[in-house]
Amino acid sequence: MKFPIYLDYSATTPIDPRVVEVMLPYLTEKFGNPASRSHQYGWDAEAAVENARAEVAALVHADPKEIVWTSGATEANNLAIKGAANFYQGKGKHLITLKTEHKAVLDTMRELERQGFEVTYLDVLPNGLVDMAALEAALRPDTVLVSIMAVNNEIGVVQPIAQIGELLRSKGILFHVDAAQATGKIDIDLSTLKVDLMSFSAHKTYGPKGIGALYVRRKPRVRLEAQMHGGGHERGMRSGTLATFLIVGMGEAFRLARVEMQEENKRVTALRDRLYKGLSDMPEIYVNGDLVNRVPHNLNVSFAYVEGESLIMAVRDIAVSSGSACTSASLEPSYVLRALGLTDELAHSSIRFSIGRFTTEEEVDFTVDLLHKQIGRLREMSPLWEMVQEGIDLNTVQWAAH
Amino acid sequence: MSMNYFDHNATTALDPFVLEAMMPFMGASFANPSATYTAGREARRAVEHAREQVAAALDADASEVIFTASGSEANNLLIRGFADALLAEGAAPARLACTQIEHPCVAEPVRALARSGWDVSEVAVNASGVVERSSMTALPMDTCLVSVMSANNETGALQPVADLGAAFKRDRHDMTCFHTDAVQALGKHPLSFRKLNTAGVDALTVSGHKIGGPKGAAALVRDRQLPLMPLVYGGGQEQGLRSGTENVAAIVGFGVACTRAVADLEMRMMLAQRLQQHLEAWLRSRGAVIFSAAAERLPNTTFAAFPGIDGETLVSLLDRQGMAIASGAACGSGKSGVSAVLLAMGVDPLLAKGAIRISLGMMPYGATSIEAVDRLIGQLDKVLSQLQRFAAVA
Repeated sequence: MKFPIYLDYSATTPIDPRVVEVMLPYLTEKFGNPASRSHQYGWDAEAAVENARAEVAALVHADPKEIVWTSGATEANNLAIKGAANFYQGKGKHLITLKTEHKAVLDTMRELERQGFEVTYLDVLPNGLVDMAALEAALRPDTVLVSIMAVNNEIGVVQPIAQIGELLRSKGILFHVDAAQATGKIDIDLSTLKVDLMSFSAHKTYGPKGIGALYVRRKPRVRLEAQMHGGGHERGMRSGTLATFLIVGMGEAFRLARVEMQEENKRVTALRDRLYKGLSDMPEIYVNGDLVNRVPHNLNVSFAYVEGESLIMAVRDIAVSSGSACTSASLEPSYVLRALGLTDELAHSSIRFSIGRFTTEEEVDFTVDLLHKQIGRLREMSPLWEMVQEGIDLNTVQWAAH
Repeated sequence: MSMNYFDHNATTALDPFVLEAMMPFMGASFANPSATYTAGREARRAVEHAREQVAAALDADASEVIFTASGSEANNLLIRGFADALLAEGAAPARLACTQIEHPCVAEPVRALARSGWDVSEVAVNASGVVERSSMTALPMDTCLVSVMSANNETGALQPVADLGAAFKRDRHDMTCFHTDAVQALGKHPLSFRKLNTAGVDALTVSGHKIGGPKGAAALVRDRQLPLMPLVYGGGQEQGLRSGTENVAAIVGFGVACTRAVADLEMRMMLAQRLQQHLEAWLRSRGAVIFSAAAERLPNTTFAAFPGIDGETLVSLLDRQGMAIASGAACGSGKSGVSAVLLAMGVDPLLAKGAIRISLGMMPYGATSIEAVDRLIGQLDKVLSQLQRFAAVA
């Protein structure tokens, strides 16, 4: 086994070596600029870009013409939300999202608020799923766009995208879905889903960092105001020289996801269940987020009566996140877990295990043993745990301020 | 790489040293730099090391460097970000200016802002394709931002950016920005952000794939005093100015490419200039007009036309002989129109239709040899003879 054991596939995945193989020619002899229209180097690069576009489209049953390259899901989310909000602001200036969305959606919404839009941030149910009644109640005549992620990055829950799409389409409201965590994990069929805009990332699906895409529906046509202007690449929606090697990598990564997803999900499900089973005999642990509507790759667990930072220090043999990678540098408790109703203490002592293509049974077993050992040790040092063992209900204790 | 590639201003081949530096980050060192465990911190260190390399190559401070995915993005970030920052501070839309020879990724974001209430001034160039100092002082006093590229991508004409910056800044208040797109200048002409900044330049743009680095990594280098709003919101990476998981491999490659692009620059400039003189002497001997010939130019760039011969035709005939050149900028070369740069210089549109751009390799890897230039001359000679015979018969 190689240490630390990597169980943070939701933060980023290694590039599949088969993907690197396919990328390499575009880092060596095939270096042309896909925008060069006067020689073979340019044409070769352009053909590779279009082939990759078709692969990305194929994974989600879209038309290649509906795929716009971006530098990642963050840019795709920005382009979708700001692009649509700016274009359709004559129709209305109200937007809706969930409190548990990724920062790339939430911070974009905040920026639009600064620009005079009104945003409703919906609470989620305690299991992390959207409250359909609350969503329906929040819709207004001036609502132009709703943004809800397919799979949550921290708790792995799968939102009812099909159902939400039906509701929104019937009201003529645009629907954006951040699918950065969904590709290669759940089936996405944009030929049936009533989704107008969908963001993708390569580096969460065994492709390279620095590349992503936005799906922009053509029928019925969705229009966007470009956020980056220039040479008119990507039909004017996103200018900038296309990074051929990264695009080729994303295409191959998405092709592998399409071909291998079913088999891989079986394997990952077995590993996740093994991890869950291994941990579940510990007292006072809680799984965050719905267990049924969830990708097999994710297990987010709170270990009660353990102090958060010491927990992270105690499990240094495994690479895991205590929140999403983008916010884990701060000591703020995860806002996603807070939105599920967790206390700050419990949110702090939570671990997101995310399993992936290269995880082994041996690694899962090691992780189970490590947690048993370390949680036990940390709790032995905890006065709170001692009180709980003595049968004291901590909620009834009057704590003295000092 | 091929020996017959003469379109280095469009993109360059990746330097094998750069690729070597990138490989670990496409393999075992794949962690997200925002992760707090050891592997994440190592990825963070690699990004910061690359930032220092970029800063050192440009004589800037690492804290002044903001990584983006492309030069286009860096230019958009600067223009839109500065305009938004002014509005956020309570200013009303005023005036933006850029030259008539800017790349579309400067001209278009300026145009986009014109649609939301900003006035726009176009800065003219002289017949050599150079911006004159007087055009800066002539700009209306409500001009908040000017963008003047360091070297033109088609003609290679160098702009006196430090002078222009100083001229623009004189008599103007603090809330102004002078920006230069230095994408084509890096690695081909000396650049010092410190010196430019002292003269009045607030920000410059550079890109990896024009200097033997990877596509997908570029940077905006800016004075930290400059007010700027982000273009891409999210996780708060790059000092909050550019969110999104860092493209570690490409950024690492960009850092190494920058170091290599400025090493032995004077010698490489001298070598490229010799090839340029050799090539242009031959072109002139065959009756070609060299654009911006009177200007100080990049030593690798030749923009020329043979009167009466269509540039696109020449380029495509050369392609059939395995010689890769361009009729103009990659981004504009799909459109059938003539070069906007040449029109701005007052070149006769008929002559402008004949334009071909030959841009030689002058990075440490993929430098064009004298033999390659002679091969190009040989093929050009053949193709020209055919075309001229055809013209004579017709």
